[in-house]
Amino acid sequence: MSAQEKSMSVSDEMMIEMNGVHKWYGQFHVLKNINLTVKRGERIVICGPSGSGKSTLIRCINRLEEHQQGEIIVEGTELTGNLKHIEQIRREVGMVFQHFNLFPHLTVMENCTLAPIWVRHMPKQEAEEVAMNYLRQVQIPEQAEKFPGQLSGGQQQRAAIARSLCMRPKVMLFDEPTSALDPEMIKEVLDIMIELARDGMTMICVTHEMGFAKTVANRVIFMDDGEIIEQNEPEEFFANPKNERTQLFLSQILQH
Amino acid sequence: MTTATAIFPNPLRWALGLWRDQKHRGTIIQIMALVALLLFIGIIIRNTAINLQALGLEIGYDFLTEPANYDINQHLIDYNSLSSHLRATAVGVINTALVSVCGIILATVIGLFAGILRLSKNWLVNRIMYAYVEFGRNVPVLLQILLFHALIIHTLPHPRASLSPMDGVFLSNRGFYVPQPVLEPAAWAILAALVIAAALAWWFAGHAKRVQENTGRHYPVFTINAALIIGLPLLAFFLAGRPIGLDFPQLKGFNYQGGMVLRPEFTALWFALSFYAGAYIAELVRAGILAINRGQTEAAYSLGLKPNWTMRLVILPQAMRVMVPPLISQYLGLIKDSSLAIVIGYMDIVATIGGISLNQTGRALECMSITLFIYLSISLGVSTVMNWYNRRVSLVER
Repeated sequence: MSAQEKSMSVSDEMMIEMNGVHKWYGQFHVLKNINLTVKRGERIVICGPSGSGKSTLIRCINRLEEHQQGEIIVEGTELTGNLKHIEQIRREVGMVFQHFNLFPHLTVMENCTLAPIWVRHMPKQEAEEVAMNYLRQVQIPEQAEKFPGQLSGGQQQRAAIARSLCMRPKVMLFDEPTSALDPEMIKEVLDIMIELARDGMTMICVTHEMGFAKTVANRVIFMDDGEIIEQNEPEEFFANPKNERTQLFLSQILQH
Repeated sequence: MTTATAIFPNPLRWALGLWRDQKHRGTIIQIMALVALLLFIGIIIRNTAINLQALGLEIGYDFLTEPANYDINQHLIDYNSLSSHLRATAVGVINTALVSVCGIILATVIGLFAGILRLSKNWLVNRIMYAYVEFGRNVPVLLQILLFHALIIHTLPHPRASLSPMDGVFLSNRGFYVPQPVLEPAAWAILAALVIAAALAWWFAGHAKRVQENTGRHYPVFTINAALIIGLPLLAFFLAGRPIGLDFPQLKGFNYQGGMVLRPEFTALWFALSFYAGAYIAELVRAGILAINRGQTEAAYSLGLKPNWTMRLVILPQAMRVMVPPLISQYLGLIKDSSLAIVIGYMDIVATIGGISLNQTGRALECMSITLFIYLSISLGVSTVMNWYNRRVSLVER
């Protein structure tokens, strides 16, 4: 994607706002004063060494983790203990996990229609049509009637992406979507994500796929030790990292 | 190779070749094991036959039609001391079945609650359930049966001073007496209403599914159907002029007459077996839920599913799959443990045909074989049903 193409889909509408967010696991300070805004259509890649709090950060956005200080506003709704608000936000925020987390007792089709039927009250037939469309988009329509255990890792992750898309989310969160995949399957998943980016989906991806970051991201964020150390456009980020820790991290992962 | 050829003659080499072949060795071992087993069984049968002959006994089941000459305190079918041994056996089977079915239901309910509460974050609830589970698992079931029996016999008053928590309900050391419903002719209307309600509920469940598929609307199917099944017969009850009367137990002489009674032996055995098996089932439930990866809950939540739906649609169907095989063992264990009934005088199979009938007729082999056959049939029946269920819920893998 060209730079122009990348900036085209971004609007001024605010999707996610994190102001002064702190989180502790017991004594351990995982997130330290996180400030982050994401606009509609923006694609953000978060990278950093393991244990730096990247996953925790995006898991706070749909309240899989609870933050203890600061505010997180998703589409104008603030995340607090209010269960109604949490459910409302989770309906609009899709998430793709490192280990897919497909429901093994349901077929791929049932995985995709479960939430639209139960949460969006969509007629079953319509839900199946929607699901089939997305399964076609991720290129596994022929696997619809199979169970997750019968698919390869790459197919499972694509099914998981389709499952998320079936809820027609406004934001997609990706938590290391390719880390559990064999090398030849990484590309098939990344291709789907690039296509999704082209369609203008707002995305936040935690990933170490730097090629992907260069291709689709509007902004790359580097985290270390629970803090956002540096953020910049990908060209600038990779060419001239400002912070020492960023330089060290990039030199380590780009060595090979 | 040349040395082997020199040492062994041809047929031996052929046999050795078979033995060294992976597939053939398996077959040979199986044949040898089968022959050994048949030999063993043959020896036992021959031994028994010779010994019986030496004692002047022969095997026969004619005694079953002779009068049993003993009383059984709890019989759900007509029985008195003049009834045959066969009828006594039937009473025993029914009593075993009754306490087993009641025990399985109560143990499952106890186990489900205790198992879920054992996962509670509330410290007190968690510790209480922990204590229960450890007590239930670590005290022999025989002691628990005696304990429950002693509790009922020694802590409850005698009939004249019995506790009466409600009108017509009396708790004493002779049993729990409750009013017995007496059906009048018009009671058929209630039965009819129940059948109609069930049919309606069945239709409504299908209708709700079609509505969902066409329009996406959800009905609270469970609530509506529960209201139907309870409400319609209740309506019929009042419309038909209350055709069900109650026969209240009344104190006559030293004990109550009329009404229905749960005898202390039954109650003690039922509670003890449920208490004991419930502790194990609680652990199964806990393990079943914990076995489901946390990621499943997170995936369901991230799709916007509420916690109770997540439990119902995602976690429990998977937990059931983990729980069913050990659950079968628990149910079978409970059925077999019910044979300890004899220590408190509950008349089950072992107490009737395997106990008093055996002692009175001296037909040890026959009585034991019948008892064994009955237990085997019940257990195999239960495992067949449960295995069928297990296959239905099992996962499809590659």
